[in-house]
Amino acid sequence: MLTEKIQERFPTLEHLPEGGEYPQFIVPAESLREVALALRDEPDFAFDYLFCLTGVDWPEEGRLEVIYHLESTTHNHQIVLRARTADREENAKLPTVSDIWPTANAHEREAYDLLGIVFEGHPDLRRLLLTDDWVGHPLRKDYEDPVNMIEL
Amino acid sequence: MNEKALPLEESEAAQQPTGLQTQEYFVNMGPQHPSTHGVLRLVLTINGETIVNIEPHIGYIHRSIEKMCERDSYRQIVHLTDRMDYLSCHMNNEAVCLAVEKALGIEVPERAKVVRTILSELTRLASHQLWWGVMGMDLGAITTFLYGFRDREMINDIFEETCGARLTMNYIAPGGLMYDIHPNFQKRTKAFVEHFKKKLPEYDRLLSDNVIFRKRTEGIGILSKEDAIAFGVTGPSGRASGFSCDVRKKQPYSAYDRVDFKEILMDAGDCFARYKARILEMWESLSIIEQLIDNIPEGDFVADTRKVIKLPKGEFYQRVETARGEFGVHIISDGKKSPYRLKFRSPGFSNLFVLNHIARGAKIADLVAIMSTLDLVMPDIDR
Repeated sequence: MLTEKIQERFPTLEHLPEGGEYPQFIVPAESLREVALALRDEPDFAFDYLFCLTGVDWPEEGRLEVIYHLESTTHNHQIVLRARTADREENAKLPTVSDIWPTANAHEREAYDLLGIVFEGHPDLRRLLLTDDWVGHPLRKDYEDPVNMIEL
Repeated sequence: MNEKALPLEESEAAQQPTGLQTQEYFVNMGPQHPSTHGVLRLVLTINGETIVNIEPHIGYIHRSIEKMCERDSYRQIVHLTDRMDYLSCHMNNEAVCLAVEKALGIEVPERAKVVRTILSELTRLASHQLWWGVMGMDLGAITTFLYGFRDREMINDIFEETCGARLTMNYIAPGGLMYDIHPNFQKRTKAFVEHFKKKLPEYDRLLSDNVIFRKRTEGIGILSKEDAIAFGVTGPSGRASGFSCDVRKKQPYSAYDRVDFKEILMDAGDCFARYKARILEMWESLSIIEQLIDNIPEGDFVADTRKVIKLPKGEFYQRVETARGEFGVHIISDGKKSPYRLKFRSPGFSNLFVLNHIARGAKIADLVAIMSTLDLVMPDIDR
């Protein structure tokens, strides 16, 4: 029901059928902000609560991904949006949603800190958990730490 | 009270000559500050006593638990979650276990479900007792600290007997429980409930009607419902603003679908509402325990699970309600014995970053009250 409605409203979204317990959609990075605003503001969707923001590194596919878990407090329905960066190096960028859901502000800073995803338009994109002079992004799969030697 | 001494605003205004320029300056509150309850550094920009801006600096006890999870097996991950929000350890354990059980399609025995729910509510009580104690102390009342810890000790003793530990229990295991409950568990829990039902009105009397306490909490740090949702403030702090965010009601797990309890919702959204929400929540927890303690079903306490757990390829998300709010576990599995990526959505993390929004314009002393009522636990935020 919700899945069909979203597919109808946003034809650019790609639905992932075996995505897990919530309906999952891949959002093209360039339309992320537009889709996010519409999902928050249109009364049929009313996704006003971003309850989780996860960053993931996919080195084989050569990109980073951000997964947004959204909930509507009026309709009590949930969806998952996935946005992907173009690559893992200088184009590891996504538009920010921190002005749409203020809770994303800190979550995006964490994803920037640990995975090196640059959120364009973020008001204050600095490292959050690690010190300012830290080199590298620890949650990346190819991260090597010569001091602590966490071997995976 | 002497009514003549009260109109503070007038006297303050009278003291400030017009046209006097003041300068903003920075003050570091923490990382070692008693009211931050852990190592949190707040960089305050202040103008006199008034807060202009707050910038939280976190990460002092960041242990990279999410990275460690990518190395560990699912059974080991449960142990790490104790070290995050150590006051909600049973709920954290349960979240990981529920996610693993959901992925594998394991049916948890009824006995384990009921015991998990009782333990979760006992943990919530213990956490709120500690919060009540330290909150009173933050605002200058040492008695609350002693009362809170005295009653929390009884819960810790129950945990010690059944789980073998007092703080980091890791008693809940994938498939059910690590081992069966101690024969004394029911008896002691009932004794505690009886004891605490007499003590809880005392808590209420001691602080709720205290004039100084109310003056320091009422109308301070107001968080509107819209902002609570937008900033993702959950738990008693969110419900005090009227945000209906109780996962136990929204997506019931374990035995919450068969117990009768109220979701405490307030509309004031100030420090006093957050305080009152927790006090009322303690009554609900007591009621849940009473409904279940005599009805623990007989039978297995753990379902058959493999020693080495391998999750199928896919994504699994589990939400639970801890003492601080909504805790989420997001597992991305590639079919191996450890997750490809594991994200913990910790309630304190989102709750902390609303601080600048609600405490701007308040006085430094009010910030202490606001921080205590948000009930932050630093290991949960830093992970």
